[in-house]
Amino acid sequence: MTAPVSIENATKTFGSFTALDAVSLDINAGEFIVLLGPSGCGKTTLLSILGGFLSPTTGRIAIGGKEMTNVPPAKRPTTTMFQDYALFPHMKLKDNVGFGLRMRGVAKAEREERAKGFLDLVGLKSSADKKPHELSGGQRQRVALARALAVDPDVLLLDEPLGALDLKLRRQMQDELKAIQKRVGTTFVHVTHDQEEAMAIADRIVVMNQGKIEDVGPPSEIYMRPRSLFAAGFMGEVNFIPGTISDVNSSQAIVETRLGKVALPKTCFTAAMPSVGQTTTLCIRPEHFRRAGEGDGAVTALGHAAVASSAFFGTHYRCHLRPASAPETSIVAHMPQSAAVMEGQAVTIAVNVGDIVALPSKQA
Amino acid sequence: MAAYSLEDAERRKAWGFVAPALVWTIVFFVAPFLFMVAMSLWAQQGGSIVHVWNFGNYIAFFEKDALFRGLTNSLEITAIVTVLSILLAYPLAWIIAEQVPQKYQRTALILAILPFWTSYVVRSYSWLLVLSRNGVINQTLMNMGVISEPLELASNRTATVIGFVHFFVMLLTLTIYANLVQLSPNYRRAAADLGANAFQTFWHVILPLTMPGIMTGAFLTFVLCIGDYVTPQILGGNNELVLPQIIMLQLGRRADFPMAAALSIILMLAVTAAYIACARWLKIERA
Amino acid sequence: MTRDRLTNIISSVYAVLIFGFIFLPVIVLVLFSFQDGRLPVPPFNGFSLQWYEAVFADRKLMSALLHSFLVATLSSFLACLLGFLAAYALARFKLPGSAWQRGLLIAPMTVSYLIIALGLLTVLNVLGIGLSLWTVSIGHVVINLPLCFAIIYSSMGDHHINIERAARDLGASDIKVMALVTAPMLLPSLLASFFLSMTFSWDEFIIAFLLSRFDVTLPVEIWSLLRSGLNPKTNAIGSLVFLVSATLLVVLELFLFGRTKKS
Repeated sequence: MTAPVSIENATKTFGSFTALDAVSLDINAGEFIVLLGPSGCGKTTLLSILGGFLSPTTGRIAIGGKEMTNVPPAKRPTTTMFQDYALFPHMKLKDNVGFGLRMRGVAKAEREERAKGFLDLVGLKSSADKKPHELSGGQRQRVALARALAVDPDVLLLDEPLGALDLKLRRQMQDELKAIQKRVGTTFVHVTHDQEEAMAIADRIVVMNQGKIEDVGPPSEIYMRPRSLFAAGFMGEVNFIPGTISDVNSSQAIVETRLGKVALPKTCFTAAMPSVGQTTTLCIRPEHFRRAGEGDGAVTALGHAAVASSAFFGTHYRCHLRPASAPETSIVAHMPQSAAVMEGQAVTIAVNVGDIVALPSKQA
Repeated sequence: MAAYSLEDAERRKAWGFVAPALVWTIVFFVAPFLFMVAMSLWAQQGGSIVHVWNFGNYIAFFEKDALFRGLTNSLEITAIVTVLSILLAYPLAWIIAEQVPQKYQRTALILAILPFWTSYVVRSYSWLLVLSRNGVINQTLMNMGVISEPLELASNRTATVIGFVHFFVMLLTLTIYANLVQLSPNYRRAAADLGANAFQTFWHVILPLTMPGIMTGAFLTFVLCIGDYVTPQILGGNNELVLPQIIMLQLGRRADFPMAAALSIILMLAVTAAYIACARWLKIERA
Repeated sequence: MTRDRLTNIISSVYAVLIFGFIFLPVIVLVLFSFQDGRLPVPPFNGFSLQWYEAVFADRKLMSALLHSFLVATLSSFLACLLGFLAAYALARFKLPGSAWQRGLLIAPMTVSYLIIALGLLTVLNVLGIGLSLWTVSIGHVVINLPLCFAIIYSSMGDHHINIERAARDLGASDIKVMALVTAPMLLPSLLASFFLSMTFSWDEFIIAFLLSRFDVTLPVEIWSLLRSGLNPKTNAIGSLVFLVSATLLVVLELFLFGRTKKS
């Protein structure tokens, strides 16, 4: 069926190495949540803990309100889809999918009936009598999904399931996973290092780094309003422009940067409220730059810049700009398709302040 | 079209490389084997070989009880040895793969197969030291007062079986362990995840997946056991001879090469039958 | 918890019993090689090196030892060389009927040694060629060639092809490529097949027994020793062979196989 998951202060250490550091997270029932981060960030460790393959060193796990911290995998209402699928090679597909049912004592006829139903859900009903080695990678993955869903778990855990597929197949499977999840309503917890994949399928994304959660939220919010420098950098290309807060009033803060003075509404400060004298880093995405005079809404001019290099990407030009006021800095900006950008060209850049996010600078 | 191309030169080179091995195999294996087949269809009379084609040797095999029983003894002993060795070796392989900590597994495995490195002849002889009337077992039991007369443990079929099982347990431990250890740990996790307890995981998932290791070992056991002369000769006594012993007897006093050849062909057919059965089984498992 | 404990106890008991069974004859062998007395059976009278002295004094035994070593080295070297060339040819080039060729080269592995020995014996007999260590070596190459070929062939992966192509591109002749590039890359499997061939040849009985006459190998000489019944001298030579082989194995394991595992 489905159930919410609650992780309270979970820590996992392996000897002197801390894989998870006091991680707390609440997952809603029926949510498709994605754990996103680079290798070694702890996402797979967290998933293993949810599945019961690892116990947290400290902390609690609850599923559906019930204490589950040390419950073995067989007794948890979770099933896992492994990265290498782990389909039993000596069994036919219908026996693979029906394995969990067999362990629950379901009679053969009914087992096969239900197994075929789940194979149908993933579009492989006609292959019920085949063996895994006769299938392609994408098909095997669907069988693994069917097998995991066949026991009607409350939570489905997916361990980088799309990593071995090529791009086209991956996009297709992303859509299918999303569709199936909506159909069955089970809580899905999906681990990946690919931020595009995360944005494509997640209801909420959990960005992790070095055992800690950096940011949690729907894709658009994490992308547009990240709450940590790491999350900002991980979700896509971003320009980090350091500055100092010189003045704060009721609705705005003035930040002095090498590109000039910028007046930012307080909503730009996603992590902490601004105070005078604080160092802050402005995060501006390449696609948010405008040529002065263009664009809609209130734009703040950021001075002149020269185009150091540019490459045509089809939908836009990706340019490296050298600001006149800070020639040692390089800014990455996307110029529109129609701009006909040329190297050496001088442009004036501007940005809509609403698009800027200001985050506390990292302590050196 | 050029009559000579890069590929032709390459191919000629390749033939040159593979030829020595092929020639050796043909000259020293295939040709002698074919010659033996021919020899089996001749007969030995009065010290020399009569080159008349006939199936006399084969007919004699089916008619003479002593000869035929050689094959049945061989098959029975081999079957018992194979089954016993599998039953004893599997738990040992499992223990080394599962219970022994990772970094000691290699050591444990090497220890388990260390006696392989005694000479084969010496190894069978060692069992004689253990099983004979004045051997270790009898002396120990008599000293403890458990028995008053020594047990007839050597020079019979039991001793032969013990000698064989000792050897093949080590071989099977090796093949089964190799199979166990390369199974992805995710199979076990997936089975547990889906609700299987330890026994169910073993019975439904692990055991079937180690069948290749068992069958490889069983096949090797069968081939090596049925063709072995040394162990039965040292431990088996004079009563129930196996086929290799009977073959050697033909060579000994009577120098009856044709008969020896015929019996060898029969032995070879038994092995081929096992090979086909094994290949068939593997295909069934695959399909 | 309790089930784990129970499994551990049963496993330990079983392991002890099985290891006991496996090592029993070896322990008896080695123990009674030091027997101060005529019979290598209980009671153990005392510790004596007389039988080892007897072994070293036995000229036939010592020369059999040497013969075994020579036959093993020669036949293993030849088997490895032929196996390597054949594996190279079949793995790198497309030859017609390569499946048949591979099958033929592997075939002797499926035939009992007794039959191989008998075949050769029959032919040698008819051709009037005398039996000697050379004929034994021929037989040993026959049984070891399939093994060497199989091991080396299966280790010639596709990823090696481009390295060889690079060498050829830079001007190396075929022999140079084989000797300076391919062989070193395949060193682990070359050594493994050589070592395995040595082991099989060294201990092989039936082919050596049937195809030799005056000069014999060690297993054959030990076999004649057996005619004199239970004799501590047999224990001594057996223990010697065992200890040397076992030590060699440990040394190889520590330096060769252990290292390849790390890489």
